[in-house]
Amino acid sequence: MSVIGANPLRDAQDRRLPRIAGPSGLVIFGVTGDLSRKKLMPAIYDLANRGLLPPGFSLIGFARREWEHEDFAQVVYEAVKEHSRTPFREEVWQQLVQGCRFVQGDFDDDAAFETLKSTIDDLDKAQGTGGNFAFYLSVPPKFFPKVVQQLKNHGLAQKEGSWRRAVIEKPFGHDLKSAEELNKVVHEVFPRDEVFRIDHYLGKETVQNILALRFANTMFEPIWNRSYVDHVQITMAEDIGIGGRAGYYDGIGAARDVIQNHLLQLLALTAMEEPGSFHPKALVAEKLKVLTAVELPEDLGKHTVRGQYSAAWQGGEKVVGYLEEDGIDPKSKTDTYAAIRLEINNRRWAGVPFYLRTGKRLGRRVTEIAVVFKRAPYLPFESGATEELGQNALVIRVQPDEGITVRFGSKVPGTSMEVRDVTMDFAYGESFTESSPEAYERLILDVLLGDANLFPRHQEVELSWNILDPIEEYWDKHGRPAQYPAGTWGPVEADEMLARDGRSWRRP
Amino acid sequence: MKIDLTETTSSKINAALVQARRDIGTPAIGMVLTLVIVTDEENAYDALKSANDAAHEHPSRILVVIKRVSRSPRSRRDARLDAEVRVGADAGSGETVVLRLHGELVNHAQSVVLPLLLPDAPVVVWWPDDAPPDVARDPLGALGQRRITDTYASENPQDALTQRAAAYAPGDTDLSWTRITPWRSMLAAALDQQPVKVSSVAVEGEAENPSCELLAMWLADRLQVPVRRMSSDGPGLTSVRLETKDGDIVLDRADGSLATLCMPGQPDRAVALKRRDTAELLAEELRRLDPDNIFEAALKFGVSKLGAESPAAAPAKAEAKAAPADSPETVTGPKADSAPAKPAAKPAKKAPAK
Repeated sequence: MSVIGANPLRDAQDRRLPRIAGPSGLVIFGVTGDLSRKKLMPAIYDLANRGLLPPGFSLIGFARREWEHEDFAQVVYEAVKEHSRTPFREEVWQQLVQGCRFVQGDFDDDAAFETLKSTIDDLDKAQGTGGNFAFYLSVPPKFFPKVVQQLKNHGLAQKEGSWRRAVIEKPFGHDLKSAEELNKVVHEVFPRDEVFRIDHYLGKETVQNILALRFANTMFEPIWNRSYVDHVQITMAEDIGIGGRAGYYDGIGAARDVIQNHLLQLLALTAMEEPGSFHPKALVAEKLKVLTAVELPEDLGKHTVRGQYSAAWQGGEKVVGYLEEDGIDPKSKTDTYAAIRLEINNRRWAGVPFYLRTGKRLGRRVTEIAVVFKRAPYLPFESGATEELGQNALVIRVQPDEGITVRFGSKVPGTSMEVRDVTMDFAYGESFTESSPEAYERLILDVLLGDANLFPRHQEVELSWNILDPIEEYWDKHGRPAQYPAGTWGPVEADEMLARDGRSWRRP
Repeated sequence: MKIDLTETTSSKINAALVQARRDIGTPAIGMVLTLVIVTDEENAYDALKSANDAAHEHPSRILVVIKRVSRSPRSRRDARLDAEVRVGADAGSGETVVLRLHGELVNHAQSVVLPLLLPDAPVVVWWPDDAPPDVARDPLGALGQRRITDTYASENPQDALTQRAAAYAPGDTDLSWTRITPWRSMLAAALDQQPVKVSSVAVEGEAENPSCELLAMWLADRLQVPVRRMSSDGPGLTSVRLETKDGDIVLDRADGSLATLCMPGQPDRAVALKRRDTAELLAEELRRLDPDNIFEAALKFGVSKLGAESPAAAPAKAEAKAAPADSPETVTGPKADSAPAKPAAKPAKKAPAK
């Protein structure tokens, strides 16, 4: 990436030429897992299919399974066939399969890491990967210290003249202390700039579009402040239960699982000031500023709510409650729903509450950011005319059905003056490509290019825990989660929490 | 939904479009551009099919302008407009109007098209074949900020390239240029990996394929070194060889799909370089609607050289000093500009100081 200026074939004006990663390879730990099969392998194939991977790109799988290289290639082949977004092409597969290797072993197994090392050396010779490798730790966090230590012990974490990067998935700890420990463990082995934390939300087009919407246009930014904005609601709802994740989920809960990373990142992007440039440092500086300015409500009991889904009919199916799920302690206090109110102490946002909520087994699967505006200060209409007029709102739909909705009042056709809410819609799928890259595609490519813009830095992770920890502590000591029937939009306590502020939740 | 209108006008077509959208219950339009396809009855089907495929990525209003051939003086005097309006499932992800122009109307196609353009959205005009010599001054071409031609479809591609270069206006582009994007990106990536000085280049491909010339001209323009254009049986481009002091960087594609990249001191590697179909080329073309300056530079660079060094005119020019004397198809670097040239040859804009 550093030689672009020196390459006579490159020109900033030549925007047809895509950014192709330099010679490199990817090592996936925990390659037999779901994430690896459903997301990572297909994303790698799609990247290759779009011509964005370097020739000779290599993929090494590391797992306990007793596989030969061919077995591994077969698994990748099936994963690609089933889950890739771009059409399957034999020649692309031929390019990819030449660099597929498998290393069998445990994380304790020194011999396996030696094999990994020699495999990497072989690939450098056979495929020309130039010693540049990213290590994707698609394993539970308790194995992180072990794996990174092994990488260090076997001299895999650093190599003269080439890069070595670590890619880690959430959760980044379960509170501030554990997050700091985790960061310490990883940073001991990999330099800070070479650690990439995946928050797949940041790889989504709609999330990146928040920045375009705000900073490329003139019509939104002037009203993007406390003078016009009444409040902001950020929602991430899932319609599924915990499924097979009981072991991981119990004791963690919705707030740690979702609010700490995804929702606070969305809040940061929605509320931050304009960065001086899109350089990663400039961007992270603005995000840190806004996260530092976040203030918790004084009375946590009144302005935070947690809940657990109870058995009910959801969308035509009978589902069990959280406490009856397999592997869950019937006395568990883990939250499957969490709603909190935050404020941001700066000139732009003082006094504007940000309501964050997330939950499982809610009405439907949706993630959105709703910026709700104040009512017009004076309405020159007859009193009945605007009865059905709500507050103007701008909604960024992150998933599914990505797009933007604007809600405003309009006259109902007829002889009398009557104003009612209408919506104006921008759907991504309508105006742009059907085959926009999947979040993981973009993120893997950015790892290979060394572009850290879409990855939360360790300070952001720590600041987010700083915000959430007091709430979790309060919840630990006070009361139990409220119950809400599966398939609804959360417990009544959450509605009451907004009603106290004279507001109500949007139905997303 | 499909509506046939005979002996109609643009305003009736507009009304039909609005009506059709209301009828299928989606009155909102989310289309990003108007694509005007200028073609004849023979090529309309294929062109529209490709455009509809590309519209999955770029929802657009597609206007197909078919100029009907009149075979008698009477029919030449008659002017008539027939239209076929397709909305919804029949039109991919946008809307399509097939316009059939008869008689004198053939010469006034822009009067039909202008009222049908989407408000405030970019207009792209595409001639799948038989583009007029000066597309920017063509009445239909003048409506678009992007004009797509395809020199590959012309009778004599080399002449067509010269023609395009002479008449170039910002916003012109050619599908032969689009075809080589994967090659260009792979070659650029190769030089990213080994930033060595290239001393000369050889481009090999089908004789009648203007993509080879464009790639050769681009390389000559960017690298400022002699470039040889060699013929092979194809398909399409078959190989590019960049000669450096450490050895050759070779990108070789014998079968039109899987290529091999050879670089000095590195193992040979397989690279997927599939020849793409028209829909994919069109989709790439519609991604950026600003003038392509790199295309302009490549196209204009080569014109004089191609003129001077084309096989017919070659013997007289073979002594151009930068070129091996025995290679009649040599496209030389800018040095050769100082060699005596035909009047048409202009000095290259970027003549280096060396």
